[in-house]
Amino acid sequence: MKYALLVHQPKEVFERRDDKAAIAAGRAYGEALQAAGIFVAGAGLDSPRTATTVTVHDGKRQVHDGPYAETKEFLAGFGIIDVPNLDAALEWAARHPAAGFASIEVRPILGFGVAPAKPA
Amino acid sequence: MNESTTHAAIETVARDSYGRLIAYLAARSGDVAGAEDALGDAFVAALKQWSAEGVPEKPEAWLLHVARNRMIDAARRKEVRQKSETFLQQIAEEAQAVAEAHEYFPDERLKLLFVCAHPAIDSAARTPLMLQAVLGIDAARIASAFLVSPTAMSQRLVRAKNKIRDAGIPFRVPEPPEWEERVSFVLDAIYAAYTTGWESLMETASTHHALAAEAITLGRMLTHLMPREPEALGLLSLILHCEARRAARYTNDGKFVPLDRQDTTLWSQSMIEEAEKHLRSAAAFKHMGRYQLEAAIQSVHASRAKTGCIDWKEIALLYEGLVRIAPGIGSLVGRAVAIAQADQPAAGFAALEQIPSDRTADYQPYWAARGYLLRLLNRKDEAREAFDRAAILTDDPALREYLLQRSAEDTDRIA
Repeated sequence: MKYALLVHQPKEVFERRDDKAAIAAGRAYGEALQAAGIFVAGAGLDSPRTATTVTVHDGKRQVHDGPYAETKEFLAGFGIIDVPNLDAALEWAARHPAAGFASIEVRPILGFGVAPAKPA
Repeated sequence: MNESTTHAAIETVARDSYGRLIAYLAARSGDVAGAEDALGDAFVAALKQWSAEGVPEKPEAWLLHVARNRMIDAARRKEVRQKSETFLQQIAEEAQAVAEAHEYFPDERLKLLFVCAHPAIDSAARTPLMLQAVLGIDAARIASAFLVSPTAMSQRLVRAKNKIRDAGIPFRVPEPPEWEERVSFVLDAIYAAYTTGWESLMETASTHHALAAEAITLGRMLTHLMPREPEALGLLSLILHCEARRAARYTNDGKFVPLDRQDTTLWSQSMIEEAEKHLRSAAAFKHMGRYQLEAAIQSVHASRAKTGCIDWKEIALLYEGLVRIAPGIGSLVGRAVAIAQADQPAAGFAALEQIPSDRTADYQPYWAARGYLLRLLNRKDEAREAFDRAAILTDDPALREYLLQRSAEDTDRIA
């Protein structure tokens, strides 16, 4: 099954993202996903300050400055991994370098069906 | 064969094998609701066919075969997604093998128990889910025991089952280091089935009795499925010790009787003996845990039936160990009372005072204990206030009356 790991973190944390150790940890995590053969896609996102939101109402495009919703925490990045089940996805989410200060939301990707369990 | 014989045969299979059949089907499809629907259909088919042709030699295998076909049909109707072919293939081959070769099919209820108590499942849904998926209890009965509407309970169960299927919660038995935490979720969910019974004691007696019995069934099942886990034995021992005192908790006219005043001749000696046996087996593993300590505390109370007295020092010592591994509000209050009862009322009250007030505000046993300890210290006005507050916080009418009487005792003495 494919799962999205969605990293939500407080606004303040975005200001500290050029920290060298954090960048190295992020890269190492990406490499570990690659090495395990479960990496599908992933990226970090720039600060919500840089966000622009688009909606289309009655065929008319509306653009406004800022993220989709003003909340305490914002989407800071995402990864998509391909693992056998939720327990494996949770294990990888817990290893995410941001897990200590951010929340990692784990959601199945639609359209990939239910993986059959291995025979007992 | 007549219909009542068929009914009886179906009931026997349902009672003995329901959870095993669901666990077997769900572990292969990842879909608890689908397994329940398919097995339900199989029981309906059995009613028809067994009445006409007699009960088959291996009724479980017959039901498994029919349920498996139903699941395959349902999967095809839904035009299920990628990978489902593998599953269909696999379950077809396995069910065939089971029907032909094995006397019995594998018991995978442990996996099902771990799924029901998975941390990704809403904690309020774990116990109801276990009662339904493992024991086949219907949602309306679970709802009445949990004091929620049948609709709300059905929705809670449907949400949980959808989560298991859609989020891909695996049917597996966790291994160390995960084991200990995951086992504690299973134990907590089973214990909640029992304590939910206590709370609804004054509702209909039948509802209460049913859930307490189911909790014991689950507890026994767990010790059978994980024979090397001392905490499973500890939990079963704890539940049996509490259940042994059922007849003594209330007088015939419905008055509440506190544990240390209960008539010990009303206690079930056979249940106490079974509880003691499990606690001894648990101790042999030399791996102490929350439920073993709680059972040990109840074991000390149980020995009053033989010795006529309560060893409060021993109880205080056990609570000391309990608050170290499980500093819940219940253990903290229990520890304070035990210290006070072991001839140190001032130290006991000090321990009670140390519990943070945000945890005690609406916790009835805290205020009852506070009233009792204040009275030992001869602080009567404060004792009365504490008993009154405890009385407000309980929804058990018999306990409320008892607490108000304790409060009035102090008034009488002052007057």
